[in-house]
Amino acid sequence: MTTITQGHDAAHDHAHDSHGPARGLSRWLFTTNHKDIGTLYLLFALVMLFVGGGMALVVRAELFQPGLQFVNPEFFNQMTTMHALIMVFGMIMPAFVGFANWMIPMMIGAPDMALPRLNNWSFWILPFAGTILLSTLFMDGGGPAAGWTLYPPLVLQSGNSLAFAIFAVHLLGMSSILGAINVIVTIMNMRAPGMTLLKMPMFVWTWLITAYLLLLVMPVLAGAVTMLLTDRFFGTSFFQAAGGGDPVLFQHIFWFFGHPEVYIIILPSFGIISQIIPAFSRKPLFGYSSMVYATAGIAFLSCIVWAHHMFTVGMPLAGQMFFMMSTMLIAIPTAVKIFNWTATMWRGSLTFETPMLFAIAFLFLFSIGGFSGVMMAMAPLDFQYHDTYFIVAHFHYVLVPGALFAAIGGAYFWLPKWTGHMYDETLGKIHFWLSAVGVNLTFFPQHFLGLAGMPRRIPDYATQFADWNAVSSIGAFLFGFSQLMFVYVVVKCIRGGKQATAQVWDNPEGLEWTVPSPAPYHTFDQPPPIK
Amino acid sequence: MSSSVHGNRQLVTRLVIMATCMFGFGFLLVPIYDVMCEITGLGGRTSETVAVIPAGVQVDTGRTVTVEFVAIVNEQAPWEFHPAVTSMEIHPGQLYDTTFHARNLADRELVGQAVPSVAPGAAARHFQKTECFCFTAQKFHAREGRDMGLQFMVDPELPEYVDRITLSYTFFVQKQAAGQAAVVASTI
Repeated sequence: MTTITQGHDAAHDHAHDSHGPARGLSRWLFTTNHKDIGTLYLLFALVMLFVGGGMALVVRAELFQPGLQFVNPEFFNQMTTMHALIMVFGMIMPAFVGFANWMIPMMIGAPDMALPRLNNWSFWILPFAGTILLSTLFMDGGGPAAGWTLYPPLVLQSGNSLAFAIFAVHLLGMSSILGAINVIVTIMNMRAPGMTLLKMPMFVWTWLITAYLLLLVMPVLAGAVTMLLTDRFFGTSFFQAAGGGDPVLFQHIFWFFGHPEVYIIILPSFGIISQIIPAFSRKPLFGYSSMVYATAGIAFLSCIVWAHHMFTVGMPLAGQMFFMMSTMLIAIPTAVKIFNWTATMWRGSLTFETPMLFAIAFLFLFSIGGFSGVMMAMAPLDFQYHDTYFIVAHFHYVLVPGALFAAIGGAYFWLPKWTGHMYDETLGKIHFWLSAVGVNLTFFPQHFLGLAGMPRRIPDYATQFADWNAVSSIGAFLFGFSQLMFVYVVVKCIRGGKQATAQVWDNPEGLEWTVPSPAPYHTFDQPPPIK
Repeated sequence: MSSSVHGNRQLVTRLVIMATCMFGFGFLLVPIYDVMCEITGLGGRTSETVAVIPAGVQVDTGRTVTVEFVAIVNEQAPWEFHPAVTSMEIHPGQLYDTTFHARNLADRELVGQAVPSVAPGAAARHFQKTECFCFTAQKFHAREGRDMGLQFMVDPELPEYVDRITLSYTFFVQKQAAGQAAVVASTI
């Protein structure tokens, strides 16, 4: 509807300000504007970053020393489980949907998302889903405590609050699916004339592929948790051996969702990095089309490697070989990307503003996570790493200095465009260095702990692990509290600062830099000319 | 503009159908997994029905395989449950008999169901049971104990590298609902 109105009103809409946002709370409740909704998504993600981060700090505080100090094991398990669920479904995914909302229409020269009212819906489901999920902590039986993978039979022994957790996962999944549909329709139908698929910015490409992955696997997760629900409350036996079911089946279904899910998280990060690095290298992205094909290749491979999470569960030799080889194959398109980014920087006129610092840290640290991933892909070696802190180190390296650094870097990159003010560069750089030191201090020692045999998901451990755990906890608190600085920089930037130019940076590529800063409430009512 | 709205509607419909199909696919994985397990022995699943031994199977006396028996009681169920012997040396192709002993420790009637699993998985489909207490539910009166029979053969096609097979039974208390589900599962 909105698009139609805008089309009719295009003539008198040239004065952009005639048509500003509504006032007060209703602006945010009923908004169909992609920029408002993008902001809502990003703020929600920021709040959840601190909720989930607080849970991580409970875990790290407990693990600072051997023995039980602060929490009982049951609550500890709830913290690890909820930390993961909140961070994956409540923080990182909404953050990238926020970026998609803000940037995709501006990058492809569209006036808004294709389905603005659906857009409002997909956001407003989130706070309710998040509240339901968090409310389980205060219920009889507590929050889910069987790990974010929700493996039966353990998860089927949860209290009745499990139903709420499952319902929350349903809602979060529904929000992602609606968001994905919106992104696909926008990209397919709303591009400015002349914006062919292979002219789209890399961020748009990665999101298009991510959206298809979301549609492919989120419904499968919904099915899996529905089966858990009926097993727990309605007497079915999908996963209960007593009734002829098989708990291993759940692991297959879950990881059929779960492995593409990790690429759902990382592909938009790749997109953001592909925008930042060329801008501060003052060169176009090296090997654009190979980047597109590499992204598609990664997405395809991600769908056929799921059982590498289950080597220790037992599978025929042929199965181990297949999943080992296909997993190691992913290193090839990923390396194409890493080398292309490096080649983009090669002989570029580099400057190191905060977004670029985060992008370069992403390159280094994500690669470390990738390397440990290749180690674990080898079935015989995986028996040593499985369910140890080594895996915790691995996936935190790809998720925190990987996905989260990309999101923070993207936020710094586009903040001036969003707010119209430059952020405080000095504070931004201090934030970066504190984060970079904190994140490595937290997660690098966990490699050592894992190789030495410390299992994950335990509140207490043998004393020989004490030193590196203490280091890791100190790093976690440093990293966690330095994110408060990010909030301060963002708030300061919203309230004022040096006026940003339309280009913001030194002649960056992309349509979003052709509109004034801050971006007007409505952009591209008339499609821009595409060269 | 109206043509683009029409285009949107068409694409949205297609995408919604795609998501719905994937939701169904999640459930379709259940029977697919069952079939895969039947074919490959994945997860150590053995046949739940009486094996028919083809005529003229040669006993391979040149080869000895150790078969180990494991009995497990889950969820603090009130059973005493153990195998008569914990392991046997067998030749592939020959029929063997053994028993498992179970006792109901409760003061009421209980129905038990044994669920088998074979390790390694590659041996599962070569482990043939011609008679097994796991084929049917076992009814026990209060405090009743009895031996339950198992007759099996390891077929000579067993992969060369397997020299030890573990057969594990978990003995569950059958609940009403679980019983129905078992029937459903076995008819899939």
